[in-house]
Amino acid sequence: MADALEGFRREARDWLEENCPAEMRTPMRSEKGICWGGRKFTFASDAQKQWLDVMAQRGWTVPDWPREYGGGGLSPAEAKVLKQEMAALGCRVPLQSFGISMLGPALLEYGTEAQKLEHLPKIARGEIRWCQGYSEPNAGSDLASLATSAEDMGDHFLVNGQKVWTSYADQADWIFCLVRTDTSQKQSGISFLLFDMESEGVSTKPIKLISGASPFCETFFDDVKVPKDQLLGEVNQGWTVAKYLLGHEREMISGMGGRAQGPSLSEHALAKIGRDEQRRLDDPVLRARIALYEVRAHAFAAMSERFIDRLKAGKIHPAQPSMMKYYGTELNKDRHELLMAAGGGDALEWDSEASGGGKAARAWLRTKANSIEGGTSEIQLNIIAKRILELPEG
Amino acid sequence: MPLFLDDDQETLADTVRPFMASEAPVSHLRTLRDADDPAGFSRDLWRQFGEMGFTGVLVDEADGGLGLGHVEAGIVLEEIGRNLTPSPFIGTAVGAVEALRGVDAALKQAWLPGIVAGETVAALALDEGAKHRPRHVALKAERQGNGFRLSGAKQFVAFGHEADLLIVSARTSGDLADEDGVTLFAVPCSQPGITVNAERLADSSFAARVDLDGVELDGSAVIGEIDGGRALLNRVLSAVRAGASSEMVGVAEGASAMTLDYLKQRKQFGRVIGSYQALQHRAAHLYSEMEVARAATLKAQQSLDAGSADADRDASVAKAMAGITSSLAVREAVQMHGGIGMTDEYDIGFFMKRQRVLAEMFGDADFHADLLARMEGY
Repeated sequence: MADALEGFRREARDWLEENCPAEMRTPMRSEKGICWGGRKFTFASDAQKQWLDVMAQRGWTVPDWPREYGGGGLSPAEAKVLKQEMAALGCRVPLQSFGISMLGPALLEYGTEAQKLEHLPKIARGEIRWCQGYSEPNAGSDLASLATSAEDMGDHFLVNGQKVWTSYADQADWIFCLVRTDTSQKQSGISFLLFDMESEGVSTKPIKLISGASPFCETFFDDVKVPKDQLLGEVNQGWTVAKYLLGHEREMISGMGGRAQGPSLSEHALAKIGRDEQRRLDDPVLRARIALYEVRAHAFAAMSERFIDRLKAGKIHPAQPSMMKYYGTELNKDRHELLMAAGGGDALEWDSEASGGGKAARAWLRTKANSIEGGTSEIQLNIIAKRILELPEG
Repeated sequence: MPLFLDDDQETLADTVRPFMASEAPVSHLRTLRDADDPAGFSRDLWRQFGEMGFTGVLVDEADGGLGLGHVEAGIVLEEIGRNLTPSPFIGTAVGAVEALRGVDAALKQAWLPGIVAGETVAALALDEGAKHRPRHVALKAERQGNGFRLSGAKQFVAFGHEADLLIVSARTSGDLADEDGVTLFAVPCSQPGITVNAERLADSSFAARVDLDGVELDGSAVIGEIDGGRALLNRVLSAVRAGASSEMVGVAEGASAMTLDYLKQRKQFGRVIGSYQALQHRAAHLYSEMEVARAATLKAQQSLDAGSADADRDASVAKAMAGITSSLAVREAVQMHGGIGMTDEYDIGFFMKRQRVLAEMFGDADFHADLLARMEGY
């Protein structure tokens, strides 16, 4: 079996070497290099499009999804090998989307055959970009108190209400959305709908953040008609689907922590601060803080590897993603605090060319949302305390 | 290799866990401590370790051992940690075996059978100051005929007072902090010129101050290469650092299990205190740190077993992370127990004491953070 895996490794490496354009083997310089796909997406280069196309053709945008839904049909071990080989060659991720990381796994678990065949291949090929309609102005940490209504009109639902913090709603093609179908019950009065953002009655408005960027929107629904067959799971069982999907969202957010790409923290600090006569970073207290951070970052990289391995082997506690989300996001915030400290006054510039338009400061501010979105750190700690440690309710 | 225990390793854990819990639980430590036992551990238990195969876990099957790896040694050490079982396991079955298992047959033949049988005790004599600074080797080994003459002092030699064998780092050439010029010796404690002063530590274990005053050894006592012992020393250190990390993971698990039980039973203001969010969040944070420390520790052991180029780094990461985390675990344990946690009658204080010793042994978290920074070039 080990031989077969080594065979696959050679095959994958040869194929990647042959098919990955040189430009797609260079580190991404900014978030603009990310390929999100979708009807409104403009490719940054021909190479980016070519890379998406060949990978989608092979099913390797979603290597472990079944082949009939546009995936690569790889085993967990093969998918890990592919990831290692892509990392070894420096290949960029060909497609990143909420469809892949969040909706796809929920569709595979809860979708009808028709829904899977309709939506999964379009996600795999980067044709449809999805956004997530969860939070509302009065339903944040207490998400299950959401009020957006979906009235049963016989052959369709009529959706009215408002979502907030909808990531990239203005650039998305479709939305997966939690709606209330029963006002007499809390969690078990929620359903999970899929619909086109171009449907009549849908509108979006970007929210400007402290970083100056607007990755989130307010999303409004005014008498939006949604066909009945666009319900994922049963009526009033949307919370079950949502929890399943939130687990995947937490995995994705937690994966952003730990060892991020780009120059390391220490290389960045050395470039800004220089070395002392013993060739150490010439700021002993910052050096110590960076070193203690790096201990955690390396340890969390091991944790992430272990988490994925155990997840694929079905050995994970269902609340474990909360721990990953909590730790990964807090670590990422620490990293950006240290990057700001290492950058000093240079890192404070907001518009200058030298600062790349305030890249460091804006990224630092952006990380503050990591421990709020997808369930705050405090909510994750509640979940760990109750579901893993089995501490009693207050 | 996936980063979790495979079926055989789980089976080993299922064997070790009940054995340690029944043969050497925390009450075993208390009994030895109350009796002021001069060895600080049980020779009978050490022989049982031999019968169970534990002491030979890292010894090749050809030499009578189990021929397993650092992951398996870590499984034994985690249970030692959870039960606070006093034993010379790390120094003997991990440190000395790691030093000896790659060398010539005569040296292996001299020492490994006794270790495998649970008869021989070995101790690592590496530290020369209050803090772990293995780069600094002042103890001198001067050539004398075909052999060497060792003079100098070592300290924090765990169970050195009961040892039959000392693994000693000595300077055969160069200056105090030179990379080259270090040689490892297998020193029989029966040699004339060795003075061992046992000191009881805070956790009731013993460490020795060892003076070597012109101790004469023949060339067969050299482990590995003369003047080129640094690589072997680093390998031994990475092995015992990973091992101590597992023991600390076990200590943290033991302390936090007691604490979670207490949080679910103790009532104040008419409620169990574990229902208060102030304590729930601290317990959940600790759990998260412990999961990360466990992953880092297993990673280090897998790296050692695979002969990875990152093994030394991974061992330092594990030792630092397990040190930080287990420290948090025992401090939270005593605080959350409140007044009863301060009493000698209650066991939780033993966990705090043991953790402090393990955190210091083979380099504390600060030492390893600094070492990591050096490895990564800043």
